[in-house]
Amino acid sequence: MAADTELTPTKYIDHHLTHMTVQVREGAFWTLHLDTLVTSIILGIIGMGCVWLVVRRATSGVPSRRQAFVELMIEFIDNEVKNTFHGNRHVFVAPTALTIFVWVLLMNTMDIMPIDITAWVTENVFGLHYWKIVPTTDVNTTFALALTIWFLMIFFSVKVKGLGGWMHELFCTPFGKNPLLWVLNLLFNFIEYVSKPLSHSLRLFGNIYAGEIIFLLIGMWAATGVAGVFFGAILGAGWAIFHILIVTLQAFIFMMLAVVYISMAHESH
Amino acid sequence: MNINFTLISQALAFSTFIWFTVKFVWPPLLRAIEERQKTIADGLAAGERGRHELDLASQRAADILKEAKQRASDVILQAEKRASEIVEEAKRTAKEEGDRIISGAKAEINHEIFSAKEALRQHAAKLAVAGAEKILRREVDAKVHADMLASIEEDLSNG
Repeated sequence: MAADTELTPTKYIDHHLTHMTVQVREGAFWTLHLDTLVTSIILGIIGMGCVWLVVRRATSGVPSRRQAFVELMIEFIDNEVKNTFHGNRHVFVAPTALTIFVWVLLMNTMDIMPIDITAWVTENVFGLHYWKIVPTTDVNTTFALALTIWFLMIFFSVKVKGLGGWMHELFCTPFGKNPLLWVLNLLFNFIEYVSKPLSHSLRLFGNIYAGEIIFLLIGMWAATGVAGVFFGAILGAGWAIFHILIVTLQAFIFMMLAVVYISMAHESH
Repeated sequence: MNINFTLISQALAFSTFIWFTVKFVWPPLLRAIEERQKTIADGLAAGERGRHELDLASQRAADILKEAKQRASDVILQAEKRASEIVEEAKRTAKEEGDRIISGAKAEINHEIFSAKEALRQHAAKLAVAGAEKILRREVDAKVHADMLASIEEDLSNG
């Protein structure tokens, strides 16, 4: 779909994997992926807005079909949180889990959209040459979510155990309070604190990004001829159906990990 | 795949969505669900109570029925006893009445017999006196023998 005269496979993939960027300020860091941000915010507003619209008129009587669906989802999430988090989950943890699940699920689902059709629409209808519609294939998104959870984890650790308690945990667990082990404990905890957001965000990013790449490869096969179009369509459909599972599963895993991390912060060792 | 300002903006968006959910989405639905759970629990409890009361009521009904049957058979028994008593009494009264009527009749008969005898006797005495008069008229002066005739008449009527 690039405007160049010659479309090579490299150009095709490059085009699909290039963000629409806005330079906020000078410097490499101050680049903003406008496509990621706008798409994710629109999806978040659609997702949370729909839930909010249903919930606003929620009755305790016989629920409407829409309310029953939302309740089903919320009770499913609430159950998962209840099994993990032992405290008053309604104050913060369960709503957060709901936000993560709905938002990440919607962002992941963008992956199933036919890539070249959406690219054509964004280019010809909205006039945007580069526009990635899957926010979770942007490592910034997954890191943003994972780091927010990471800060919440530290915040709740300090809030529940106090600053001293948290420090005590950093230095004295998991190996013991012997001063000789302090360095070892701290190192261990440091690795844990670094690995948590990394694994949390990269798992989601990797799965969705890989799915996107496979869609791109299938799309490239379809460019080779009639047989390519035929098998590409079959494979694309198959991969999309399989992707429904991956998309939901990854959203669920991301939510569960967030709940587990925040729960762990609430419990002293 | 470069980390840049997008991360911060996404984190802000994420935080905003969390805040929105915590503030506006979760509480109303939780309230609705909890209210419904309470309603259902109340309903179940009411149903349980109703069933319990039904058990009690049917128990009570059975008791009342049993008591009524008992009382009815008592009443029937008493009535039968009373009926036979009445029959007995009627029989006795009738017998007494009959006896009385019979004895009255007997007394009447005796009286009739007596008065018949009396009348007969007087009649016979008069006849005898008349005969005797006829016989004596020729030889006896009635005025002279009046005393004797009166005593004879008395004897006959007493005899």
